[in-house]
Amino acid sequence: MRVVLKSIFGSLLPSLATVALVFAIGPGAAMARAPSPLSQDDVAWLRRDGFDLDSATVARYRDLGRSRFLDRQLDDRDGDAMPPQITSLIDSYEVVNTPTEQLLANLRDEQEKIKAMPDGDDKTAAKKAQQEHANLLLQQAQQIELLHAIYGPNQLKEQMVWFWLNHFSVYGAKGRVRWVAADYAQNAIRPHALGKFRDLVMATLQSPAMMEFLDNAQNAKGHVNENYARELMELHTLGVNSGYTQQDVQQLALILTGSGVAPLRERPMLDRHPRVAAQFVRNGLFEFNPMRHDYSDKVLLGQKIKGSGFHEVEQAVDLITRQPACAQFISRKLAAYFVADDPPPALVAKMARTFQRTDGDIADVLRTMLESKELSASYGKKFKDPMQFVVSSVRVAYDGKPIVNARPLINWLNQLGEPVFGRLTPDGWPLDASGWSSSGQMAKRFEIAGAIGTGNNRLLTPEGLPRNGGDFPMLTTRLYYDTFDPYLSTATRDALAKATSQQEWNTFLLSSPDFNYR
Amino acid sequence: MNRRDFLRAATAAAMAAPAFSFSGRLFAAPASAPRFLLVFLRGGYDCNNLLVPYASDFYYESRPTLAIARPDAGNVNSAIALDSQWGLNPVLRDSIYPLWQKGQVAFVPFAGTDDLSRSHFETQDNIESGEPSGQRSDFRSGFMARLSGQMSSVPSIAFTDALPLTFQGGTRDIPNISLRGNTKSVFDTRQADILAGMYRNTSLASAASDGLELRQTVSKELQAEMMKANRGAPNAKNFAAETQRIATMMRDQYRLGFVDVGGWDTHVNQGNVTGGLANNLANLGKGLAAYADALGDEWNNTVVVVVSEFGRTFRENGNKGTDHGHGTVYWVLGGKVNGGRIAGEQVAINAQSLLQNRDYPVLTNYRDMLGGLLGRTWGLSGSQLQAVFPGARPRDLQLA
Repeated sequence: MRVVLKSIFGSLLPSLATVALVFAIGPGAAMARAPSPLSQDDVAWLRRDGFDLDSATVARYRDLGRSRFLDRQLDDRDGDAMPPQITSLIDSYEVVNTPTEQLLANLRDEQEKIKAMPDGDDKTAAKKAQQEHANLLLQQAQQIELLHAIYGPNQLKEQMVWFWLNHFSVYGAKGRVRWVAADYAQNAIRPHALGKFRDLVMATLQSPAMMEFLDNAQNAKGHVNENYARELMELHTLGVNSGYTQQDVQQLALILTGSGVAPLRERPMLDRHPRVAAQFVRNGLFEFNPMRHDYSDKVLLGQKIKGSGFHEVEQAVDLITRQPACAQFISRKLAAYFVADDPPPALVAKMARTFQRTDGDIADVLRTMLESKELSASYGKKFKDPMQFVVSSVRVAYDGKPIVNARPLINWLNQLGEPVFGRLTPDGWPLDASGWSSSGQMAKRFEIAGAIGTGNNRLLTPEGLPRNGGDFPMLTTRLYYDTFDPYLSTATRDALAKATSQQEWNTFLLSSPDFNYR
Repeated sequence: MNRRDFLRAATAAAMAAPAFSFSGRLFAAPASAPRFLLVFLRGGYDCNNLLVPYASDFYYESRPTLAIARPDAGNVNSAIALDSQWGLNPVLRDSIYPLWQKGQVAFVPFAGTDDLSRSHFETQDNIESGEPSGQRSDFRSGFMARLSGQMSSVPSIAFTDALPLTFQGGTRDIPNISLRGNTKSVFDTRQADILAGMYRNTSLASAASDGLELRQTVSKELQAEMMKANRGAPNAKNFAAETQRIATMMRDQYRLGFVDVGGWDTHVNQGNVTGGLANNLANLGKGLAAYADALGDEWNNTVVVVVSEFGRTFRENGNKGTDHGHGTVYWVLGGKVNGGRIAGEQVAINAQSLLQNRDYPVLTNYRDMLGGLLGRTWGLSGSQLQAVFPGARPRDLQLA
């Protein structure tokens, strides 16, 4: 069917008449291969489950039915496989094919070299080159996240990776975060995106990105830095005003002393202190250094925690993540992302009960939410944030076809003010419509819809080459006729009918409220 | 007609007429109305290399590589004496100094917040919110939005990519547009009409039509004017080109504006009369002078305030830069500004007067100062000012 459509459009620049023609033959032809278009409820549910639709997702959903489709997603049985072209694009990135420890070691060597240089043009040039290299690594990390979001087969998982990256937000431009951002997404967030919340907290806690971003790498006995301890409770687990005190922040900061990023060279000091060495913890680039730890006994949230080294951190995280406030805070935020800006309290309570019953099993909490009547009551009312808008636009427009250049995706997110790893503050980007629906944002969003819809972009042009002109995507596909077309509002239908070219039609569809609300 | 009424009327008109009409000039302000632009330098700029305390030996001891030389007629790289204590960075000789000589610039040293976190984001958010630090009750409400809400006939705008916190949480729609890049509209009137039409009955109706309308206005009117002014160069490649565009919009349509400028966080190799900070200051100075110039007679009805979240350490650090500090210097500019002077409370500049042996103390709180200034500019009552800056004690520094 798609081949037929393409040949129609290929031979004839679509005018109003051809759009109308396809309108007429589209659904009928689709029915020849599939029993019927998806129901409105199925379409709405599926658009919420992932970054909107592509044909592969719809086909899988049809094959499995909602229940088995959801089971496979929550059990993470779909894997992360992407089109081979996308996988090889990602594999070509330095940030992927060089181990993180090696990247940091290279940085250290480079910095030492620059430091030793005499002041002058050479030194300035070397510094500039190092900054450019750092920015390149960050851009690669951003591209990887976007490519996974677009092409990842388990779209619920992809949304959760993005959700947690935002919840446990790190700012790429701070310190060495640019070198470890890709590692953070891939090794701290992704493996635990659908697992136990406690494990996710521990993974982020032990990531060099978080240790660096929130300064716990500097938190040591006698030089206590409270930054991470505060955000761990306020932003990551319990929420502000949930009952913990300044005293709790200070005690948690003491518990976290000595946890930081591993030095890239051995510490000879440890050899001379065998008893201390036994307490030493090294896990990838995470290091717990007993020499920097405050071993006093602490009281956190009313519980005594005996000074014992890294075990204190595990006890503290267990304690914090089992607070009812944590179940409530995380459930509410998930519901705010997936269901409604101001989610129904009954739904949040239901999710929080699941959270507590399952000891923070993220997949179970998601199941409660995705099977709730509150979710279906919210269909069509959740405004996409820029990430959801850009990713879903490319998914619908290219429908699985591999792009060769992910840089435009980064530029669009920059223009819309929501770059991956770009949130300066640790609170993450807003999840509600008001953060993303100002007049300037709307105009910019329409322009980006235009850039995608008209093909006036470099997604299909390898970096460094002159742009291929005239290659615009085809949005009038079977995917469209089976899923979007039957349920469009009159206003959008009227707008599409006024389109005078396929490019304009694409632009209107991607700009429409029907597409921008899900 | 206020903005919301205008949009309602425009929407009604659009529904009646086949083509949506974009008529930004409809809500042009009266010619003599005051205009206020807040310029936010993000990153905490080093005020001590803007306003050089040249009478202080301690300044020269503290900054072996960063200090700017004492005023010296024979040295173009020396500070320009503003009075017996303070000198101006010579990179501002052709932009800001002429305005100073005309009495159109005042500097307020030892200004800032009572937030001692020295954290960029906390302090920036604090300033934008305008609430007492540590007692913020609404994290999505900014003082410019509340100010705009107090004056229903004052059209407001942010010249930024996204709506900044300071303009969020208000009762009216506040448009935002970045004038940095190419402002050419992507859509023609027919397309814009169709796009806006899709949102007509949604809660984003005004945001959608307003955004498109603004793009159209900028494209049609501003582009033509800027093409002339810039001899055909349509892109704002620097801050001066951007501020000329801002001036056109502030002159014709808006009276309360916000723009931010980044890149002031100079921990390493900050430089003095050359280098990163000097480039930024020169760029900023040219931008502000271009703004004054482009406003023409309306410069006399204009106040521009330049703020930053905090100052920097008085002493230079081990990397020939400066670290996060506290008190800073604010700038107040305008045709009728009571300028050519250093305003507000001051202390001697020596090791003893530094806060925590580190940076300038804050003697003028930004909420009190802006409250006094804005109250005077717009004739706001005490209760109106309390709505804008809750709990502040507005202080009139006789700046305007």
